[in-house]
Amino acid sequence: MCGIVGLFLKDKALEPQLGSLLTDMLITMTDRGPDSAGIAIYGAPQAGHAKLTIQSDTAARDFEGLAERLSSELGAPVTLTRKDTHAVLDFPADKATETRAALERLVPGVRVMSAGESIEIYKEVGLPKDVAARFEISKMSGTHGIGHTRMATESAVTTMGAHPFNTGADQCLVHNGSLSNHNSLRRKLLREGVRIETQNDTEVAAAYLTWKMREGATLGEALESSLVDLDGFFTFVVGTEDGFGVVRDPIACKPAVMAETDQYVAFGSEYRALVNLPGIEEARVWEPEPATVYFWKH
Amino acid sequence: MQTFDLAAEGLRSLNATLQAQANETNQTGWDIINPRGSHAIAVGLDAPIEVHVMGSTGYYCAGMNKQATVHVHGSAGPGVAENMMSGTVIVEGDASQYAGATGNGGTLIIKGNASSRCGISMKGIDIIVHGSIGHMSAFMAQSGNLVVCGNAGDALGDSLYEARLFVRGSVKSLGADCIEKEMRPEHLELLAELLERGGCDAKPEEFKRYGSARQLYNFKPDNAY
Repeated sequence: MCGIVGLFLKDKALEPQLGSLLTDMLITMTDRGPDSAGIAIYGAPQAGHAKLTIQSDTAARDFEGLAERLSSELGAPVTLTRKDTHAVLDFPADKATETRAALERLVPGVRVMSAGESIEIYKEVGLPKDVAARFEISKMSGTHGIGHTRMATESAVTTMGAHPFNTGADQCLVHNGSLSNHNSLRRKLLREGVRIETQNDTEVAAAYLTWKMREGATLGEALESSLVDLDGFFTFVVGTEDGFGVVRDPIACKPAVMAETDQYVAFGSEYRALVNLPGIEEARVWEPEPATVYFWKH
Repeated sequence: MQTFDLAAEGLRSLNATLQAQANETNQTGWDIINPRGSHAIAVGLDAPIEVHVMGSTGYYCAGMNKQATVHVHGSAGPGVAENMMSGTVIVEGDASQYAGATGNGGTLIIKGNASSRCGISMKGIDIIVHGSIGHMSAFMAQSGNLVVCGNAGDALGDSLYEARLFVRGSVKSLGADCIEKEMRPEHLELLAELLERGGCDAKPEEFKRYGSARQLYNFKPDNAY
């Protein structure tokens, strides 16, 4: 069991509240997944800038002076904003590859949580309310976001095993369910040169989508083909720079509820997660169909 | 009429209060406010009381019901009216998966749609759905009646025993050992009563009947009807 929440805002007036609305939704899903939690927030991209969200268990040591060291390596301005075990690096968008390479060289123990121009991912082991508080998620604004509460079944309870998984620039995936063919698929994807860092089944699904899109598929096409190539139970919610999507496996035993108003589209594993959203009483509320790809874009 | 604020007084208190109502209670009408999608609302009741849940519910609302009428003024989460013995459960909105699962008796009326596995392993309950139902509905259904005014999804009635299935719209596919059967006068009469009980605006003649081909389970002639 795991919990998923997602919120895609249509009404710009709600953007300053994105973090607080999502935090409330996430905490409601604590009893579906009390061991770890994570959240992806999409904010307004700054022209010419890109971001990496990084994590370290020894953040004080690793992040100290890191921006200056990266700056001199790249010959370009880099800023670092620390939040607890995580930090956001901001650098020129044309230096994305070099920045990631330099980061691995300078501080090999630091993990990359997300890469892109608008996405930031924060995830850690612990109760959802504690994870959200550590990263002050409720103060964040943004256009859309996805959260996950984890009850681990397929791999260890670690930061890297928590969701969301960053699948490609500004893309992320969260999962409720379990995949049964992830080991064979992981071997295949590794042969294709796709980067996979853990034994987690969801990371394989994320890597699969990345691989499909690298081969030329759109996100929608990649999600369609996941219905054929992934064996197991899944409700996926995916995020991109300008939208979010939902797909459930054909058996659809993992729950999902959606709500739409003029102001937002919301996703919850259960209706409970949606009850505090503004105007929920008048929202169109429905259960997404099995084996059907849903997508909303700005 | 009693009003119970679930957000203020909590779920254990609600169910303990409702379960304590006896056959001869004077407190026959209950409004539950602020259900907020909570799990297991109004379960295990055993008295002829009428409970109105003023909003949508989470998992397992009105499970194991006996005698009571539970009326959900919203949508219901997975497993509504699971293992009902008698009484009536009415859902004004939609019902999520496995509505009415394993029900032994009573009536479940869903005014919207029901999703997958509606009436799975039903054992005597009558389920009346105004809208459509999802895949694998009435899987291994043993007895009772499932009435669907809309359409049915894939694999309707897979591994069916002796439950009767009536569908007005299309059936995406039939499950193993489920076939269309002749609608005889006694079935039209039964269906007319079920449609009236469910408050459905539909005529029995518009429906098709589906049942077991009796090839899959070890059939005994005594089961025939």
